[in-house]
Amino acid sequence: MSTPTPAAARPLAIDQASRSGGLRAFGLWLGVALLLVVLPFVIRTPVAVPIMSQMGIAIVFALSFNMLLGQGGMLSFGHAVYFGVGGFIAAHALNLAAARGVYLPVPLVPLAGGLGGLVFAMIFGAFSTIRSGTVFAMISLGVGELMAASSLIFDRFFGGEEGITTNRAKAPLLFGLTFTKDREVYYLIAFWVVVTAAAMYAFSRTPIGRIANAVRDNPERAEFVGYSPRWVRYVSFCAAGLFAGIAGGLFAVNYEILTAENMGLNASGAVLLMTYIGGIGYFLGPIMGAVVFTFLQSMLSDYTGIWLLYLGILFLATVLFVPAGLAGLLMLHAPAWRAGRLPRLIGPYLLVAVFGVVAAVGVVGAFEMTHFLASAESTRATKRLFGVAVAPRTAAPWLAFIALTAVGALGLRWAAPRATAALAEANRPGPSR
Amino acid sequence: MMRALELQDVHKAFGPTPIIRGVSLTIEAGTRQALIGPNGAGKSTLFNLITGKYPVSSGHIRLKGAEVTGRRPNEINRLGLSRSFQVTNIFPQLSVFENVRCSVLWALGYRYSFWHRVNRARDVQERTETVLEQLNLMARRHVPAGVLSYAEQRALEIGITIAGGADVILLDEPTSGMSRSETEHVVQLIREVTAGKTLLMVEHDMGVVFDLADRIAVLVYGEIIAHDTPERIRANAAVQEAYLGVPQGAV
Amino acid sequence: MLQIAFFSVLNGLVYGMLLFMLSSGLTLIFGMMGVLNFAHAGFYMLGAYVAYTMGLYIGFWPALLVAPVLVGVAGALVERHGLRRVHRFGHVAELVFTFGVALLIEEVVALVWGRPAKAYEVPALLDFPLFRVFGSSFPAYKGFMLLVAVAIFLFIFAILSRTRAGLIIQASLTHPGMVAMLGHNVPRVFMVVFGIGSALAGLAGVIAGPVLGTFPGMAQVLGSIVFVVVVIGGLGSLTGAFVASLLIGIVQTFAVALDVSVGNVLMALGVPARASVALHDIWKVTIAQVAPIMPYLLLVLVLMIRPTGLFGTRET
Repeated sequence: MSTPTPAAARPLAIDQASRSGGLRAFGLWLGVALLLVVLPFVIRTPVAVPIMSQMGIAIVFALSFNMLLGQGGMLSFGHAVYFGVGGFIAAHALNLAAARGVYLPVPLVPLAGGLGGLVFAMIFGAFSTIRSGTVFAMISLGVGELMAASSLIFDRFFGGEEGITTNRAKAPLLFGLTFTKDREVYYLIAFWVVVTAAAMYAFSRTPIGRIANAVRDNPERAEFVGYSPRWVRYVSFCAAGLFAGIAGGLFAVNYEILTAENMGLNASGAVLLMTYIGGIGYFLGPIMGAVVFTFLQSMLSDYTGIWLLYLGILFLATVLFVPAGLAGLLMLHAPAWRAGRLPRLIGPYLLVAVFGVVAAVGVVGAFEMTHFLASAESTRATKRLFGVAVAPRTAAPWLAFIALTAVGALGLRWAAPRATAALAEANRPGPSR
Repeated sequence: MMRALELQDVHKAFGPTPIIRGVSLTIEAGTRQALIGPNGAGKSTLFNLITGKYPVSSGHIRLKGAEVTGRRPNEINRLGLSRSFQVTNIFPQLSVFENVRCSVLWALGYRYSFWHRVNRARDVQERTETVLEQLNLMARRHVPAGVLSYAEQRALEIGITIAGGADVILLDEPTSGMSRSETEHVVQLIREVTAGKTLLMVEHDMGVVFDLADRIAVLVYGEIIAHDTPERIRANAAVQEAYLGVPQGAV
Repeated sequence: MLQIAFFSVLNGLVYGMLLFMLSSGLTLIFGMMGVLNFAHAGFYMLGAYVAYTMGLYIGFWPALLVAPVLVGVAGALVERHGLRRVHRFGHVAELVFTFGVALLIEEVVALVWGRPAKAYEVPALLDFPLFRVFGSSFPAYKGFMLLVAVAIFLFIFAILSRTRAGLIIQASLTHPGMVAMLGHNVPRVFMVVFGIGSALAGLAGVIAGPVLGTFPGMAQVLGSIVFVVVVIGGLGSLTGAFVASLLIGIVQTFAVALDVSVGNVLMALGVPARASVALHDIWKVTIAQVAPIMPYLLLVLVLMIRPTGLFGTRET
């Protein structure tokens, strides 16, 4: 075996990569920032801006959650504690700023939330991160329930049943910026989204960020190369708490009210759902998941009372069939995209989409009719479904929806393998045929 | 000659079962030594005791003069001792490059830093690339470690062990499960990467042992029955009895 | 005072045995498959609802026998088509999956039966006071609950220790690979255990529904407590589940009955009254109000000090 030239004597791979890569990365972030600035002008429906603000908060929250789950392998059922605590502290800080003249303008309020989240994460993390895996999950559940139950006791901090309210109009101003209009709040949130996302991305590229991945994969081996898995988990946990707290602060600024619900199991469950649906293995995953989840949650709840059921089904389907999430699904097409073979997939995918929609209509129809029969609406005889008035107490619509489901399911059974084969073919390395 | 590793009357029992029954062993710095013995002798247990995975029941272990008995594995590693595993123990989802890089980070002083960008760190990059070239894995550096072939994973296993620059290396059956030609490559690799360092390896392949080792220690039922040069071990009656089961000369 | 103590112990026993019915299945499933089944309380809820609906047509007693079986079958199906598929993605994926199933069960129940609580009644046969003591009566139905729970405990114990199937199950608990090598269909054993565990949870629901209420939130209410019990008792240990169930059941029932404030307790322990200013919010709160937190405090403490629980041997 010949002696290789030591790496120091050759031009390093990183030098070339870093110059062009650094510029590209900066350009990407700049592009994202510009997109966020322009968005309210592109989508002009009045309800869009508040929903985008909601998405922004969810993005920061989900990204912070993925620091634990995707990056560190730690499944937490109580992450909303740091979100909620951050929110409460931000609300109290904002109230203090208005009452005592402390200089805390609205744009800096999320930092107060972040500090709150960080402090609590440092306290609870001290014993939560001793072990990972199931024990960690159970401790996080216990801490979450503990905090939720405590909220009724410490009512000066948590405001009891009504929660704590605040008012961003009463705070001191920074550069004369007011935040009375939806769009102004949106831009504040968008700013923080870009800043925190960049920070969390940068964190994943630091030594501790890389070692967190190693500890996730094999904590024993990480110990044998000099690291304490417990310390690594603790640092990740504190960082995640910091960013969750910032998200909570954004929530406080946006909604001007915090209640114990924001700290509870439902909120922790929601962030788990959206992060997993988006894909825990990619940085973009939680972002996509937060957007989709918030979108479905806002849009669907206008049309149906059982939107959570649909989200639950989507979640289970993801866990069972697409564990890599939406981001993973997209990345699956990367080789085909690079080879320029994506157009070939349009046909098979369209077939799958058609049959999927048919089956979905059937299933949704059956569910909606069941909901109709079981709920208080059942004094009426008909219900509007997909623009048509159906009578759930007769057999006809049931038969129709069941037939649609059957046709859709059979069609999927036929079309799905063809689509999978087409994808495999498109991904195949080598020249196009 | 300085003592790299010193075991003094080490005992280890799991419950009522004694596994290591009073092992005293001195490994001089700069030597390559092998630890052999029949199955169940306690070789892996001894490794686990030295590297801190199990606590000793009694006795002392010293690394380069410093007391390491009862210390945690990461502390012992930071003092300059690194080990490989018999069952490949890598980071399966990380790329080959990242596997080696993880082993380099602490040694180069980066610790728990969240203010450095790893991709920009020249020293990390240099060291990692050098090790990857020694392992002949540069071409595979972006592949997730979990999909490598068995022999490639074993090479990576050794790579992770030595990348941190530890000067006392413990290798646990580095050539297990390998073909003739793969073994030859690994032996060459071991010779290269342990040049100037102290090596203690557990091995069953006698060809490898006699090829690499300056001295051989023989562990039988938790006790060292011989610790000598290869020629004298070959001729040692007690060693032969332990392996063949029959006292030489008897029928 | 004696009245409170007596009835707290009795009610605590009933509640504790109910917790045991739930936690026994959960700890067995964990011991065998290494997965903490979030959906376990969901099967409890299904048992109550299915029994309620069936009871409307065929009466309480036939429903008592049939409903758990149906729930058990549902559990077996979930294992066979869901959990088994997710198993290869690792422990985190399994936990997340059972979390999703729990969510789905709750939403499906709300879908089919609606959100308001159901009027699931105690059967007429048992709707009388069993005995009167200290001026209060103890309902016969609660005595029945106690009886069923004890019978279940003996049943599980007998099956596990005296039958061949029980031996195979016990062996699969610690050495599933070896049991498979011996020719047993270990995946089928897992499915059966999961099904039986779910059936037990369903039975607990059938019995507890009239007393604890039948509404879509009933799974969440009891679910967390059951986890606490299982973890404190020791994951995989039936004895641990039994002891922890009774412990938590009695302690919580007692605590709820105590109208004493925390401040009084602290003062009795020697803490000076001046501390009441600093500990303002905690001081004036009563033990009864603090009662909901206690299991979780205990959970966190046990996990910090002894993660294997009181009787357990493994953490994961």
